[in-house]
Amino acid sequence: MKNKKALVTGGNRGIGKGIVLSLLEQGYFVLATSRDSTNFDMSHPNLKLANLDVCDHASVAAFQKIVSDYDPDILINNAGVTKDSLFLRMTEDDWDEVINTNLNSVFRMTKLVVKGMLKKKWGRIISISSISGSMGNPGQTNYSASKAGVDAFSRSLAKELGSRNITVNSIAPGFIQTDMTDGLIDEDITKKIPLQRVGNVEDVASLVNFLVSEESNYITGQTLVVDGGLFMK
Amino acid sequence: MSEVLDKVVEIVCNQLSVNKEDVTPDSSFVEDLGADSLDTVELVMAFEEEFGLEIPDDEAENITTIKSAVDWIEKNS
Ligand SMILES: NC(=O)c1ccc[n+]([C@@H]2O[C@H](COP(=O)([O-])OP(=O)(O)OC[C@H]3O[C@@H](n4cnc5c(N)ncnc54)[C@H](OP(=O)(O)O)[C@@H]3O)[C@@H](O)[C@H]2O)c1
Repeated sequence: MKNKKALVTGGNRGIGKGIVLSLLEQGYFVLATSRDSTNFDMSHPNLKLANLDVCDHASVAAFQKIVSDYDPDILINNAGVTKDSLFLRMTEDDWDEVINTNLNSVFRMTKLVVKGMLKKKWGRIISISSISGSMGNPGQTNYSASKAGVDAFSRSLAKELGSRNITVNSIAPGFIQTDMTDGLIDEDITKKIPLQRVGNVEDVASLVNFLVSEESNYITGQTLVVDGGLFMK
Repeated sequence: MSEVLDKVVEIVCNQLSVNKEDVTPDSSFVEDLGADSLDTVELVMAFEEEFGLEIPDDEAENITTIKSAVDWIEKNS
């Protein structure tokens, strides 16, 4: 674990920020991104910040140099958006934006890190998916398709890279209190959750801690659910 | 032996964990040296890095033996 380096996209707020803080606390080095890195309200000797818009090819190209110098052992694909509306009202722009930010970005970011991991014969690729990708959710055809895509991507890549000791998994949170769910969470939702509360970013971050560690060596190609029991297969 | 051949053999031995003595110019990475499909991609990456070249995907497909690697590299460097 010591001296391992993690890249976290969308690390300035919400779940991403929770992941960054807990990785730093565990002693990891972290390269965290935001679309505007002046947005970060944290600093730490082991934390490096960078600008990145995962949808913008020029931004990704500029970021490539930073990543190859940093040479991360761990990638956390966290950046994501929702653009909810009933399918009948959904525009193709809403569809494209969500697929591009949540799914295409995972392709782009993984491309940037995988060669370095192959050389080290060690790597962890973790993408933040959603239970919406497995259970479906009205108003989220775009979002659930993007997250199901992330889960399936992870399974195929896990098979490709398994022989090189690189594990690929996704994490599917339920309702977590962040800007994304602001205004969506009410008592009705809480009642449907067996553990009777919405999650906080630490609930997701502690699963990330486990998945990046040596403790999870034998787990790959999985979608791990952290949702208080809301979605059970 | 040419310098390129030396280097290619060294890279292949490293990547595939085989002994120099078991490698001839005609050795096929997959059939003779036990490479899997990911190994062949990694080999091409290692050649690119060592020789500072970019090997296009459709040409990389034809680099399947020590000799074909050496020939491509000598022709393109
Ligand atoms: N909250 C939940 O209940 C929940 C549940 C399931 C899954 N998730 C997933 O968890 C992840 C994080 O969600 P969150 O709740 O923390 O959301 P959030 O608070 O809205 O934060 C989203 C993060 O993604 C970044 N981002 C968005 N678009 C980007 C782009 N084009 N390029 C680069 N970064 C971009 C944002 O950066 P900026 O600050 O620059 O906008 C921000 O850091 C997402 O993938 C989301 O789908 C969340």
